[in-house]
Amino acid sequence: MSVQTTDYTVSEIRSPAAFITSRVFIYGALVFWAFVCLFPIYWTITTSFKSAVDVTQGHLIPFVDFTPDWKGWRSLGLSPDSIFQTSTVRDEFFKRFMNSVITSVGASALAIIIGSLAAYGLVRYRYKFAWFRNEDISFFFLSQLILPPVVLALPFLVLYREVALLDTRIGLVLLYTLMVLPIVIWIMRDQFNSIPVELEEAALVDGLSIWGAFFRIVMPIALPGMVAAFILAMVLCWNEYFFAALLTSTDAKTIPVMVASQTGSQGINWWSMAALATAAIAPLAIIGIALERYLIMGMTAGSVK
Amino acid sequence: MAEQTSTANAWTANPADLIPQGRKRLGWGLLAIATLGLLAIIVVQVLYKTEMSTFGFDTWRPVIYAYILWGIALGAWQVLTRGEDGQRALFLLPALLFTIAMVIFPTLFGFYIALTDWNLSSFAGRRFNGLDNFWQMLADPYYRNALFNMVLYVLAVLVEYVIAFGLALLLNAQIKARKFFRVVFLLPLMLSPVAVSWMVGKSLMEYRFGPAATLARHLGWDNPAFFSDPITARISIMMLDAWTFIPFMMIMLLAGLQAMSREVLEAARVDGATAWQTFWQVTFPLMLPVSVTAVILRIIFKLKLADIIITLTSGGPGGATDSVSSFIYREYRDRSNVGYGTMLAMAYLIIIVVFVTWLLKVASRFVRNVN
Repeated sequence: MSVQTTDYTVSEIRSPAAFITSRVFIYGALVFWAFVCLFPIYWTITTSFKSAVDVTQGHLIPFVDFTPDWKGWRSLGLSPDSIFQTSTVRDEFFKRFMNSVITSVGASALAIIIGSLAAYGLVRYRYKFAWFRNEDISFFFLSQLILPPVVLALPFLVLYREVALLDTRIGLVLLYTLMVLPIVIWIMRDQFNSIPVELEEAALVDGLSIWGAFFRIVMPIALPGMVAAFILAMVLCWNEYFFAALLTSTDAKTIPVMVASQTGSQGINWWSMAALATAAIAPLAIIGIALERYLIMGMTAGSVK
Repeated sequence: MAEQTSTANAWTANPADLIPQGRKRLGWGLLAIATLGLLAIIVVQVLYKTEMSTFGFDTWRPVIYAYILWGIALGAWQVLTRGEDGQRALFLLPALLFTIAMVIFPTLFGFYIALTDWNLSSFAGRRFNGLDNFWQMLADPYYRNALFNMVLYVLAVLVEYVIAFGLALLLNAQIKARKFFRVVFLLPLMLSPVAVSWMVGKSLMEYRFGPAATLARHLGWDNPAFFSDPITARISIMMLDAWTFIPFMMIMLLAGLQAMSREVLEAARVDGATAWQTFWQVTFPLMLPVSVTAVILRIIFKLKLADIIITLTSGGPGGATDSVSSFIYREYRDRSNVGYGTMLAMAYLIIIVVFVTWLLKVASRFVRNVN
């Protein structure tokens, strides 16, 4: 059956008491989960300003039950008083940081380039490589998603040693590209599908070549999708630990590996640990918050028809 | 090699007729040279590495360069000999060549390593030992235990799904500051699992002073050691992993909820259905396809679970929290046992390929039956 029009909204049907109860419940649940999400981050950031006593006594609120101190950041060489002095830890940190930036940006960019091209081809043209048709090729790409890193890790360890790519950023870039390529193709296929084919037909009639039409007409329209895929790829590459831990040792170590290897001889220095963790998660958290729209767009591509 | 027909421009003449013979010959010539070059370099390297010849390169890297050049020649060959059809093939070729080089070859190589006895820390080097690794694997209680843990971890996805669905419903309700809550709920996904396992697992849940332990004491748990007995350790790992990945499912489910037509819900309400009935009889069935996609994707990610376990518990206590990935990681890190580790990984690959294929089949049948 179908309903024509409803003049009243949902809230008017229910009694006020029921309405208030449901509001209280909804906001209560929202605030509770927001707390669950934010508290660990709050804890990490505040711990980087604590001294040992404040950590072990479980002090929580700055200025109220402990006095903030730059201790953690000083040990990283990033506090106001130590930032202009030489610091080996800081040099180390920046080296790892740049490794992370280069590998994740490089891999995401490479994946976007070859992934977009492939997705476009698969959406617009019919291919037949031997007995593989479009559906089979798409499935081949997407099926890489289930390949767990551990399957490739050991063969790559051996192969990379043979081709002198062990402990290099290029080696990591190639592997990360492989890791995010299925996701990029998945998102971009969805994007290109939503672009009407008439646009390209008009461009071809106007004398553009296939590639001209792709670069001048299709790419600008698909740009939001590319940004979405890029951000999602960045998140995955930046946080990747498994390959980095196995395939890098000194030169190409990334931030997650540096974070994981922080156990001193006298136990863990919580404050410096927290400062390092904060510095490791901050760039991505900021990008993620600023471009949250694209992140969501990337994650929901193709899932809702 | 390739033959395409285009959907976009059926009006052009068959381009193969328009290409001059000279251009075709150039294309074939290029491909022939590149193929011969690639083969020549491979042969030279094989001879050099097997010490049958003294000429060669120290590493296999020239082979990669030759492969890249060969790929370029292949593209040029396509364009030169097949014109516009070739240009179309060019869209697909880079990704295809890249994936084949990065997946097919290493996987095949992996199957070979799996049949060898190869310990990187011993001087003996690689030695073919047939199925020995396989028999060893069947008798390995730790590997079986890791597989069993994977079953538990995958089952935990259902709990994550319920929570994620709840959060998606909350975000879809008529609330203020929706964008704020959405960003906050999404935040854990962007954090590095390693940093999370340090700051949450090792610090926040630390036995003596961690706020989570303090809270647990207040709630009446005398001995809040999150990682010392097998069952709590497993649950702690599941919770941490859920914390980072719930937003992923939540966002997909939220998109599904927002795409649902308002009219159906209004109709249900007008018919006098309670919120509870509306959910179970309208929302949930309509959300089924999205739910299945979200859960399957999440399971696929879950099957790769390793980072948190490696950094937090190293599989302990007594292998209770080991996932297959973390177990193999330690097999290599602690014992440098490449051959056996690869056998475990390859067995795991076959298991999950079978499992995921089965899952996809069951899921599609399930969705079809309900709708």
